[in-house]
Amino acid sequence: MSRRIIVPFGPQHPVLPEPIHLDLVLQDERVVEAIPSIGYIHRGLETLVAKREYPEYVYIAERTCGICSFIHGMTYCQAVEQVMNLEVPERALYLRTIWSEYSRMHSHLLWLGLFADAIGFENLFMASWRLRESVLDVLEETTGGRVIQGSCKVGGVRRDIPGETLDRMVGDLAGFERDFKEIANVFLRDESIIARTRGVGVLSHGDAYHLGAVGPTARGSGVAIDLRKTGYAAYGKIHFKPVVETDGDCYARCAVRVKEVFSSIDIVRQAAAKIPEGEIEVKPKGNPNGECFSRAEQPRGELVHYVKGDGSRHLVRSRIRTPTLTNVPPLVKMLAGCELADVPVIVLSIDPCIGCMER
Amino acid sequence: MAFFEMAKTAILTTLKSPATRRYPAVSAKVAAISRGRVTIDPSRCISCGMCMRKCPSGAICVVKDDKTWSIDRLKCVVCNCCVEVCPAHCLVMETGYSPSITVHEGIELVHITYVKPERPPRKEPEEKSEQG
Repeated sequence: MSRRIIVPFGPQHPVLPEPIHLDLVLQDERVVEAIPSIGYIHRGLETLVAKREYPEYVYIAERTCGICSFIHGMTYCQAVEQVMNLEVPERALYLRTIWSEYSRMHSHLLWLGLFADAIGFENLFMASWRLRESVLDVLEETTGGRVIQGSCKVGGVRRDIPGETLDRMVGDLAGFERDFKEIANVFLRDESIIARTRGVGVLSHGDAYHLGAVGPTARGSGVAIDLRKTGYAAYGKIHFKPVVETDGDCYARCAVRVKEVFSSIDIVRQAAAKIPEGEIEVKPKGNPNGECFSRAEQPRGELVHYVKGDGSRHLVRSRIRTPTLTNVPPLVKMLAGCELADVPVIVLSIDPCIGCMER
Repeated sequence: MAFFEMAKTAILTTLKSPATRRYPAVSAKVAAISRGRVTIDPSRCISCGMCMRKCPSGAICVVKDDKTWSIDRLKCVVCNCCVEVCPAHCLVMETGYSPSITVHEGIELVHITYVKPERPPRKEPEEKSEQG
């Protein structure tokens, strides 16, 4: 038996968009154990809650993550609204749903591109990101920002989407869906992708459940957990099924994300058809006094925002638990026993967002 | 499982014109409500300091006595919050992005030229003639 060596992986690595460090214990070319260490980009965003007034903290909550920013802002707003017993207008809830789904599409396309890049498929990476631009254009046109939308506020939303813009967005989705089908075929059927992902980094159903995997990582292993089914925003009035794959390998996690883009397109269509006319915000009265946990489904999984107020303009405590943090123990499990060359693919398959994780 | 799934997309891509714009020659794509950079009309600013108080990143500084309004472009997160709260509507969000910083440490100082209009002199209440 050959002796064990430790190979440091990250925090700077060509395949990692953000810094996480893994000590890979190797025996020959096989990973025996992976020891993660985090803490490279902690920004202290939760502490800032005591220094900003609660309506202004939405901007900071949004900047926790550069990809799922809208959903961060929305979850924080949901928590504060719950504390203050605010009844958010129906139209605002539908608008939040639409923007959440556009965020999901752009996040999944970004991930698909990065994944293609990680397995060395540069052409597919470019094709995915080109398609992502059209989603970003819609977000910029309706909210004013490409990745930091800033359109959610406590009590509703800042901006309305006019009827004709909404119709055009739904019309454009047909072209988007057609283009995405071309790319989805490559991800799901191409020989080289299957050879690189099938059977790699397998996470069993039991492990996914017990280690607390969330989002596509859990759904790729057959755990049908989708927070959207709890019916926050307007999801309770929209029909969709959580996308579930049972294999638990990198291919399954990729397939979940590909199919979720189609599911998002469908949700946007349904929401645009059902959206009622009316107000888009209510003015909050008084200050939050109490505490609340709020949960939402990010593109990467379950997001939890906790807020606590004492009746002043400043909240006392905020806690954000992001999906990447809970996906790290499953990642360590997946890495044990894999080949060194597969490590980048496996690490990327949980869609790590370290900036999000360390806040 | 299939081979050459990417071939159609790849061939079409080579035949099509580039998806990106030739930026300096062709202007960047912006929407009407794109958030680019904050600008101020110094002739309308009433130095109330609302923008300074509401700024989530603490980028704006208003000194009432010196009549100055300054913004740290490196701190500004372009959130549109100051524009929304400004009671005098003197702050405007431009769609174009900010050019590279040329001022020292990114702080841009603007002297406020607003002059408070003089109030018309109050009419003295007419003395009531005493009766009795």
